Amino acid sequence: MTQFLQSVVNGLGQGSIYALLALGYVMIYKATRVISFAQPALMVVGGLLTYHFTEKFGLPFFPGMALAILGGALVGAIVERLALRPMIGKPVFTLAIITIGVDIVLRIFSNRYIGVESRIVEYPGGTERSSLGGVSVSHQTLGLFAVTAVTVTALALFFQYSRTGLAMRATALDQETALAQGIRVGVIFALAWAIAGGLAAIAGTFVAAGTAGMEQSSWIIALKALPAIIIGGLDSIPGAVIGGLAVGLVESLTAIYQPDVAPWLGRNFSLVAPYALMLVVLLVKPYGLFGTREVERV
Amino acid sequence: MSLMTAGKRLRGRALVRTDYAQEMGLLNTPAKRRSTVAMVAVGFLFPFILTDDLLLILTLGMISAVGAIGLNLVTGCAGQVSLGHAFFIGLGAYTGAVLGGDPDGQLTGYGLPIWIWLPAAGVVAAIAGLLVGPIAVRLRGLYLAIVTLGLVFLGDHVFREARSLTGGPGIGRRGPDLNVFGIDLNASGTVLGIELAREQRQFIFALLFLIFFAILGRNIARSGVGRAFSAVRDRDVAAAVIGVDLTKYKVMAFAMSSFFAGVTGALYYAVVGVFEPSAFGLLLSIQYIAMILIGGVATISGAIMGALFISLLGKFSGTLADVFPFISESSGSDGFLSVFQLEAILYGLLIIVFLIFEPRGLYGIWVRVRNYWKGWPFSY
Repeated sequence: MTQFLQSVVNGLGQGSIYALLALGYVMIYKATRVISFAQPALMVVGGLLTYHFTEKFGLPFFPGMALAILGGALVGAIVERLALRPMIGKPVFTLAIITIGVDIVLRIFSNRYIGVESRIVEYPGGTERSSLGGVSVSHQTLGLFAVTAVTVTALALFFQYSRTGLAMRATALDQETALAQGIRVGVIFALAWAIAGGLAAIAGTFVAAGTAGMEQSSWIIALKALPAIIIGGLDSIPGAVIGGLAVGLVESLTAIYQPDVAPWLGRNFSLVAPYALMLVVLLVKPYGLFGTREVERV
Repeated sequence: MSLMTAGKRLRGRALVRTDYAQEMGLLNTPAKRRSTVAMVAVGFLFPFILTDDLLLILTLGMISAVGAIGLNLVTGCAGQVSLGHAFFIGLGAYTGAVLGGDPDGQLTGYGLPIWIWLPAAGVVAAIAGLLVGPIAVRLRGLYLAIVTLGLVFLGDHVFREARSLTGGPGIGRRGPDLNVFGIDLNASGTVLGIELAREQRQFIFALLFLIFFAILGRNIARSGVGRAFSAVRDRDVAAAVIGVDLTKYKVMAFAMSSFFAGVTGALYYAVVGVFEPSAFGLLLSIQYIAMILIGGVATISGAIMGALFISLLGKFSGTLADVFPFISESSGSDGFLSVFQLEAILYGLLIIVFLIFEPRGLYGIWVRVRNYWKGWPFSY
């Protein structure tokens, strides 16, 4: 039982990172109807910015992360302005492929920065652990829970109560009508990308603060948020959070139980378990658990 | 057009068509007929003109072109975005390697001849495509793209874990032996009285392979099946209304495309030699997407141009490295960029540039050049 609870806590920790990334995907999808495959690169860049601010400039962790969030937001907005704005009105597939191109280019430069070593951000008191009833949790994971909770709440409040949030919701509903109401849709697109960049930077920071640090291969983590948004439904913000946590849970539980229960699935099956879960969910619910069913018109 | 002239060609009026069959012909203009014959002739001359390293690049390029044609059928013609092409290519590669591999080696191999392992590789991949098809029927657009992306990761896992078949990561296995009707393509010697080296033999075989599958691909695209694909791509609900069976054609598109991918995988890695599971990752899928986007979506000639272009890109970035001192030729950390990084950046940038400025790809550039000279010296 303790093993189960421990694995649930670990899974939720990893799931929080997926949830943050998944929120970024959903932000961009809701505003522009595009899935951004550039999210992995934004995550890596964000993590490296935190690394640079804390290790090279000597800032404490949280101010460093705050600057990295701003930096990630800036990168996101620049990507939107340069690569995606000229393509408005083109098929979404074209835009999605362009984000793949952006991802490749950005990651080449971030890989140059990473080099062969792993870039580890030091979390203040990250090695300390608290335990409750045999389940131990590191302070870094607790920090991650707190940051995720604050971020999700802040986003929810922003969408519910601020004028800009209202404008973003209006744009997601209908771009032309929003334009007619005087909303600058282009700015909304840039803002959505900036928020996604900022969220990716938070996720990247906690990836870099984890045990493995930020390596050249860490970008794969961000792709696991894709099953999360598919499971939750592409256009659902609560779906993204729940999907992210679910993916983290499934990953951590299969890592513990699959070698005993189903050894024929091979070693490291937990790494691909989210994709298997995604296939199962899609066979049952093609628009995810919370997604809006598309109305088909000729 | 009156009944008298229907079906007949008008003398001296090559571009006038008198019935639908002529319009949909394999090579429907005299210019196409002549240029195709000329290109094939030049193609067969290449092995005697070009150097061996360039021949090998072109050989691999022509084999990839078949895979690109396959992807173009499902993504270009039928509009079903597939990021899972690498999975089907891997499936074909391992089917070929297992069936045609060395029976006395450490890994499973049956030593069967090429006329069994090459079609079998296609069939196994096509069966996998048939299994993916039903999922594709339920999903649309980007949902489908992400599911096929998941397929690549699941496939990668299977290839890593099936060690008795694939050798596992870091070790890999040899591809099948290339022995076509008693002629060993991996050896040099005299064939039909002509002295042919290994690269020359492989090039000629790859060219024949490409011609066969290009004609097959074009025939699919120009037949009723191809028109059904276009209808599904343009508006699937409307296609269903006019009587196109969506399930049938989406599943067919995936199966056909996977067949092309399977034979490509088997032959490609037979030429390459040793390969390991990490070859079939997301990057391979993106390479194939880049081929059809840079070459030209929904055209056979575009897929071939794109595949050759992408294959030559490595050679091109190597040449750039000789010219610009800040590009290092090794993957070490000296220099600003390495050749491989430059190549990857070129992929990314080329995809973006083509999508923004010439969405029809190299094929579109060709069409513009052709139309300019057609009307020359008038602007249209």
